[in-house]
Amino acid sequence: MSRAVLLQVLYLSRRSVLRALRQPATVGPALVFPLLLLAVYASGLGPASGLEGFPGDSYLDFIFAFPLVQGAVFAAISAGTDLARDIESGFLSRLSLTPMRPVALLAGLLAGVVALGLFQGVFFLAVGLLAGVEVQAGLLGLPLLVLFTVLVGLGFGGIGAILALRTGSGEAVQGSFPLIFVSLFLSSLLFPRNLIENDWFRAVATVNPVSYMVEGIRSLIITGWDLQALALGFGATGLLVAAGLFGAAASLKTRMARS
Amino acid sequence: MAGSNGIEVEDLVREFKGGLRAVDGVSLRVCEGEIYGFLGPNGAGKSTTVLMLTTLLPITAGTATVAGFDVARQGPLVRSAIGAALQEAALDPYLTGTEHVRLQAALHGMPRKEGRRRGDELLERVGLVEAAGRKVGGYSGGMKRRLDLALALLHGPEVLFLDEPTTGLDPQSRQALWEEVSRLATDEGVTVFLTTQYLEEADALADRIGIIDDGKIVAEDTPEALKAQIGRPSVEAVPQDPAELESLGDVLGRFGSPVAASSGAVAVRLERGAGELAEVVRALDGAGVGVSSLRLDAPTLDDVFLEKTGRSLEGESEDAAEETPA
Repeated sequence: MSRAVLLQVLYLSRRSVLRALRQPATVGPALVFPLLLLAVYASGLGPASGLEGFPGDSYLDFIFAFPLVQGAVFAAISAGTDLARDIESGFLSRLSLTPMRPVALLAGLLAGVVALGLFQGVFFLAVGLLAGVEVQAGLLGLPLLVLFTVLVGLGFGGIGAILALRTGSGEAVQGSFPLIFVSLFLSSLLFPRNLIENDWFRAVATVNPVSYMVEGIRSLIITGWDLQALALGFGATGLLVAAGLFGAAASLKTRMARS
Repeated sequence: MAGSNGIEVEDLVREFKGGLRAVDGVSLRVCEGEIYGFLGPNGAGKSTTVLMLTTLLPITAGTATVAGFDVARQGPLVRSAIGAALQEAALDPYLTGTEHVRLQAALHGMPRKEGRRRGDELLERVGLVEAAGRKVGGYSGGMKRRLDLALALLHGPEVLFLDEPTTGLDPQSRQALWEEVSRLATDEGVTVFLTTQYLEEADALADRIGIIDDGKIVAEDTPEALKAQIGRPSVEAVPQDPAELESLGDVLGRFGSPVAASSGAVAVRLERGAGELAEVVRALDGAGVGVSSLRLDAPTLDDVFLEKTGRSLEGESEDAAEETPA
């Protein structure tokens, strides 16, 4: 990557982060709602940890993957909506009239997601540790948990960018995200797969890559260093990131059909 | 030839899905340092033409060169040579004026020091030094347009595209923008391609005007030459006694065909030009029709538009201005 492109990435990343920080109404919910839901689930479903076969003995530890994943999705919604607004307002056309490389735009946009994801990961982890979450993987597991959060955000950020570039509409992006939330709930996010009694739900959760992302994160908290769970978790997350980036790059090429 | 920094367009076509031809065989030449006014009503094909010339929309057929570069095959070179302020100032409401300038300079690959110097100079020129540190979301329509212009000029373009730059602006902001555009062409030799639906704007700014309607250029020349094509002025009279409006119309009708007039007045386009005015006065006197006012109007660009398209542009531009938020 040339120095000029690096500079473009730097300035576009800075813009993404500034935009995010200057929209407290967007950043606030991405930090608050996941923690609120964590509190609700941890208190309401706490007794589930007494079920036979339940991993670990604390529902708080079990459900702690929830804010990490949900926060990442919030960050991705925000990035997708911002990009769609750029298209609606003509700002993307302004950028297209410069020698800007499309890769710089995408990298700049996703750098904002990464920055927000990093902040969320550290924030949620700090709150979780204060609330009594015990990370069995120890100190080395903490950066890995943050890395997971960032990568999940990056993957969903790519999906958000695809939606924005395909539709060019902020409303369409926001309207599409309930589908992503459905994909979160049709996974092992709230309940371990081995305890899901409904056959179709268990089958869907088993083929849903979100389950493996969640179980990878969860393994660091509940089990410690479970290499299989980590490999599956990073594998599923890596696939999401690759699909998101590839799809976003292709969509951007179509959207910026400059001569 | 348009010269290396001009614009040359030959049989330009843009067809959308469903076969709609938004631009249908447009040919034009804009010389270096010239201000070319592209005049037409909403939906005539002005913005589509600009999008093609700025490489943002692929050309369906025809050829175009801007600043000596082929629009279809040398997109990056075209983009480096042009500046554009497209319809609606496309700015990020969460960034400040200064942050916009810094971002634009970085995307153009300008050295940091040069970008800052040029950015500060342009912010001063467009009168935004004091507002530069404020978020653009709080700017007025005129301030956004001025920042848009500064951003378009940051890298020193040879050709400047302005797509309806004054739509929705108050008269003061409009005048300031006109002065800056004139200065750019006159002092810096920048070629300006200006689309507008305001006749007054085209008349005041453009060296030459192309009138586009339904995707085709229906007339092209200097404003004076276009008006001279119509040639004949119109005369408008208001009767002293409103009851004599019909008689007034009968008398004036002997000298030409009726044209749109103010309320309570009658107007005709004089068949034999301004020399007939004395005869008009004698005829009114002879018929015993008293008038409270008598006015000779030179042809306007709207007369030209009416002659070429059979429609008036005046009403349309007013409607569009009302619909456009400031």
